[in-house]
Amino acid sequence: MSKNEKKQDQKKGKAGKIFLEELSKSSFTLTILSILSGLILGGLLVAVTTEEVYQAFNASFWEGIKTGAQAAWSTYEALFYGSVGNPGKIVDAIKGGEAEEIRRAFNPFFDSLVVSTPYIFAGLAVALGFRVGLFNIGVEGQLYIGAATTVTAAIFLKGLPAMVHVPVSLLAGFIGGGLWGFIPGLLKATTGGHEVINTIMMNYIAFRLSEFLLRGPLKDPEGFTPVSAQIEESAKLFRFFESPIRFHLGFFISLLFAYLVYLLLFKTTWGFTLRTVGANPKGAKYAGMNITKTTILAMVLSGGLAGLAGANEVMGVNHNLALAFSSGYGFDAIALALLGNSHPAGVVLSAILFGFLRNGAIQMQLSAGIPIDIISILQAFILAFIAAPAIIRTIFRLKEPDIDIDAVTLSGWGGN
Amino acid sequence: MKPILELKGITKRFPGVLANDNIDLSLNKGEIHALLGENGAGKSTLMNILYGLYEPDGGEIYVNGEKISVSSPRDAIARGIGMVHQHFMLVPVFTVTENVMLGDETTRAGGFLDRKSPAARIRDISNEYSLQVEPDSYVRDLPVGVQQRVEIIKLLYREADILILDEPTAVLTPQEVDELFTIMRSLVASGKSIIFITHKLREVLTFADRITVIRGGKVVGTTTPKDADQNDLAAMMVGREVLLEVDKKPAKVKGKVLEINNLIVLDDLNNVAVNEVSFEVKSGEILGIAGVQGNGQTELVKTITGLSHPVSGTMVLCGEDISKATPRTITELGSAHIPEDRQQDGLVLSATIADNLVLNTYYLDPFAKNVLIQDDKVLENAEMIIDHFDVRTPSPLIPVGSLSGGNQQKVIVGREFSRPIKFLVAAQPTRGLDVGSIEYIHNRLLEKRDDGCAILLVSTELDEIMELSDRIAVMFEGKIIAVVDAEGATKEQIGLLMAGVVNA
Repeated sequence: MSKNEKKQDQKKGKAGKIFLEELSKSSFTLTILSILSGLILGGLLVAVTTEEVYQAFNASFWEGIKTGAQAAWSTYEALFYGSVGNPGKIVDAIKGGEAEEIRRAFNPFFDSLVVSTPYIFAGLAVALGFRVGLFNIGVEGQLYIGAATTVTAAIFLKGLPAMVHVPVSLLAGFIGGGLWGFIPGLLKATTGGHEVINTIMMNYIAFRLSEFLLRGPLKDPEGFTPVSAQIEESAKLFRFFESPIRFHLGFFISLLFAYLVYLLLFKTTWGFTLRTVGANPKGAKYAGMNITKTTILAMVLSGGLAGLAGANEVMGVNHNLALAFSSGYGFDAIALALLGNSHPAGVVLSAILFGFLRNGAIQMQLSAGIPIDIISILQAFILAFIAAPAIIRTIFRLKEPDIDIDAVTLSGWGGN
Repeated sequence: MKPILELKGITKRFPGVLANDNIDLSLNKGEIHALLGENGAGKSTLMNILYGLYEPDGGEIYVNGEKISVSSPRDAIARGIGMVHQHFMLVPVFTVTENVMLGDETTRAGGFLDRKSPAARIRDISNEYSLQVEPDSYVRDLPVGVQQRVEIIKLLYREADILILDEPTAVLTPQEVDELFTIMRSLVASGKSIIFITHKLREVLTFADRITVIRGGKVVGTTTPKDADQNDLAAMMVGREVLLEVDKKPAKVKGKVLEINNLIVLDDLNNVAVNEVSFEVKSGEILGIAGVQGNGQTELVKTITGLSHPVSGTMVLCGEDISKATPRTITELGSAHIPEDRQQDGLVLSATIADNLVLNTYYLDPFAKNVLIQDDKVLENAEMIIDHFDVRTPSPLIPVGSLSGGNQQKVIVGREFSRPIKFLVAAQPTRGLDVGSIEYIHNRLLEKRDDGCAILLVSTELDEIMELSDRIAVMFEGKIIAVVDAEGATKEQIGLLMAGVVNA
């Protein structure tokens, strides 16, 4: 064998060995195990907080265990029915042949996707911030502003064909959110003012501004509550099925943006700059990169993505703007981005998980009588495991990685 | 006399590499034994096994003739083995007493911490071994040399008889190095035994009783300072004859490349760090700036590379005024920079080697077409540089942070040297590197100089300056107090200038 070929083989052999080691060490394995452990702990929690379980323990130990298992099972069953659908119902509906029944049976699944969509946008926004080393806690506020600008474009621009109105309204949302991200970005880049503080404060400004607009300029003239008018037909995002299914084009738009963010981060020169500034600002400076420009650009893009989350809700789900239309998407998105390791693919998967959980939780509350907060606790467990990987590693005896290949650190908190 | 410590047949495998291959090592009571080898040779791995941080795949450890198993540092400490790591494990906001008793705390009734008895014991140890340190002082206020003493006291507090010191002199000034060795002598005089890991040939010959050389995970041989000299040791470490003196051809000097005039630069605290400095560097020559760390060299380099701007004065590079230029502009004029702090300023540790190799060229053709990065070209470039500059790595796609210091420096050198450059600033280019890597970097620098590049070499290692420079400028308290031709300059002469003594 020639020297080069031998070298290639050696490299391949080494690479293979390294791959297997890496799988044990990889953050993907860690994520899956964290989710599983979270689910198990959630089940335990349900068992522990159900009165029937204690009564059953009085009868006998095994009765207690059985009842506990049943409680946990029925919770997750309700969660499953609520998020994906009841297989029994689906089969019956198809057999029955009635269109509306079929739609109703499949609705949980589609509604989960609807709920996932703003999570995807918001998660991308936070993830982009993390990649450049910034903690964008202002996604919620940027979302609100984006919704406000979108609803403005969607109501007051009349006579436009849908082909034009939809992109224009989305753009309005992006610009609104982008502007709201620009301000803390500018402050951080020029004065060093910490983005965590500024974005949180901007959130409050956004909420109150939104309220003001909805009681004033944006209020539906024919209504009495702080709700905007319905948006024009031409600005509504296309729905694939009839009621009760709300599944709309927004889901695919969010996937498109996930792909665009991926391209930006990993295939363009801007993305290279962005990631380098996030990984090592000092080294980036030495390499000639402009930290100020990069920081501002990243916050604008991040805010813009958050604005699109708001636009999505206005144009796809509610067809108007009301107070508190967002159930904390912006804050959940932080957890989500961490779970997805700030990678667009990870964000999409985590967003779908969170969306399914949230959607299923409503059903869970109705049928199993379990408080909806269990979902928050479940999410919290999963996150705690992700944040403290040592726990999972110890339980499942995984190996430690040498250096986190895809580690995303926050320069604002002393991560270098 | 039986050795106090024996390692027999120690073997350790990591994925893709055999770090320790059947290593035998013995330590006699009361001796200073040096473990010598290049970066990546396996010395730290061996000591980490001894200290219980790794489990060996094969081999045995004997202390005083008794076979022991060490599965954690606690076992090692219980057996009287202690280790001082190269990067200290001290808590800066704790006092010396708190640091020393950490992990082995004494308590009074009720579980309250007792700081008085440890402090008293520390004073006793301090006096017995001449390790002057004040138990109530905060570690963050102590100079590095004293911090190291605290680390040694930690071991003596736990009654270690075998002390392992990992690269103890890497962070010390020459004076502190002498103090350390006085301490080591007094420790062995009281019956302790010491292993110290290093790659510095001169120290080994001055201070060690016996020397074991490791290369590629294997023991190459054990010898004494009487039986081997620097060249022998270097050859053993690297596996071939090492030219400790480089072959320098006479300089072919052409026109001015860099011209600095009356430069004034402030440091982070707004004090004057560079005080009206003027000099020039011509094509084909190496201008070495000698001086003790902290006399303005760091700030000077920062300004020349565009990271900071001078308060007054001018800088002209290749005919262009760069006094207010950005780093990118300066790079695009044909300048290159090997930074003093390679991990902070020169590399992105979590990024791949390939990405690091295009850190300042990623936006240019052929690595990018418009805004799209051409991954295949980036990879090609990486493979070429890795091959050409002999960077030891299993793949171009692993993070550069997992490479050894010497290889990380080769990545930086490879990156900077692969562009057509007219001017190079090399700041402490061989800091922390082993003999083989130093030889390599020095040769590359001379090659570039012979190619017509103008090189500004800033180094605190006087030997390096004397070996490579054509002209030597000495920097003291922000001023260039002398510029002499390297030919005919002596170490004594430059040494005095570095201390600020003009017209000795």
